[in-house]
Amino acid sequence: MSTENKDIIESKVNITKAPEGIEGAGFFATSLDQVVGLARKNSLWPLPFATSCCGIEFMATMASHYDLGRFGSERLSFSPRQADLLMVMGTISKKLAPVVKQVYLQMAEPRWVLAMGACASSGGIFDTYSVLQGIDRIIPVDVYVPGCPPRPEQVIDGILKVQELVGKESLRRRSSPEYKELLASYGIE
Amino acid sequence: MENVTESIGKALHDKFGDALVKQELIVDFPTFTFKKESILDVLTFLYDFEIYKFQFLTSICGVHYPDNVKEEEFCVVYQLNDMVKNQRIRLKVYTSEAKIQVPSVTSLFSTANWLERETYDFFGIEFIGHPNLTKILNMDDQPYFPLRKQYQLEDETRDDKDDSKFGR
Ligand code: SF4
Repeated sequence: MSTENKDIIESKVNITKAPEGIEGAGFFATSLDQVVGLARKNSLWPLPFATSCCGIEFMATMASHYDLGRFGSERLSFSPRQADLLMVMGTISKKLAPVVKQVYLQMAEPRWVLAMGACASSGGIFDTYSVLQGIDRIIPVDVYVPGCPPRPEQVIDGILKVQELVGKESLRRRSSPEYKELLASYGIE
Repeated sequence: MENVTESIGKALHDKFGDALVKQELIVDFPTFTFKKESILDVLTFLYDFEIYKFQFLTSICGVHYPDNVKEEEFCVVYQLNDMVKNQRIRLKVYTSEAKIQVPSVTSLFSTANWLERETYDFFGIEFIGHPNLTKILNMDDQPYFPLRKQYQLEDETRDDKDDSKFGR
């Protein structure tokens, strides 16, 4: 590669750093965990589960001004079976709770969940008979983004937090007894 | 509006006699209270009433008055419109908590189907003769009728709330 091209790449295009490892002429050795983590975290496919006002803020997050695509989540998945990250954005009524849970169950492992906004995190202002008081009552949540609604910057920050988790996750976590126990506590097999 | 109430009231009294319990004008809204058994007949009568034709059922809703005298703890309110002459009226029937049943008016107004289901969903008022009286808005297995005043306004499953932080 000519030095000129290399400069351009380094100045304009953000390329993720290689994980720690041993490098030599023609080879690079590192742990599988890190490589898989790196690949996963920079190509998250989010499934937007937007039910109310927070969903509008998510539209801004995806649009050109904030552009979540810059962080590797360009491709939204509208099928749970192809998604890595469930983003629940908005008020979840108790009647809708089984639907959220079913969507979560349809996602393949490994899957992550981000609760965006006060409503998804805790019921928010809707402290009432019809509203689920936080989606963590039915499915495990990895990252909470507070706010009513959170600004797109916060959402991006939340996604980066998810990426951090994804990047560091051990490949064995999903088959560990702790994880099974966590799912069992939500009544998920 | 006084005389509108008077004239409708007179016609209703002539027709239904004692079934008309009370007539009043609340601000600009003629309101008539009936015995619950007569509600379908009253609505049928008003549908082809000679002065106003109340052919549009705007809403049905329930009200819970826990402190009312026995036999009158629950109220069902009907609001009707005459779209041609721009006149509206309100009809009320009371029912007791022990025998919480009111005749359905679905045979006259199709729109009453969902309205009565909603009223059933939130207050547990049973509409006798309704073709499919099931919950409509709340989840199917909700074990109680949430708008009855015997329940807390806030969600009862919360255990993380510190009253002192809510000024209580
Ligand atoms: S947290 Fe606020 S903005 Fe978001 S869904 Fe709830 S009420 Fe709407």
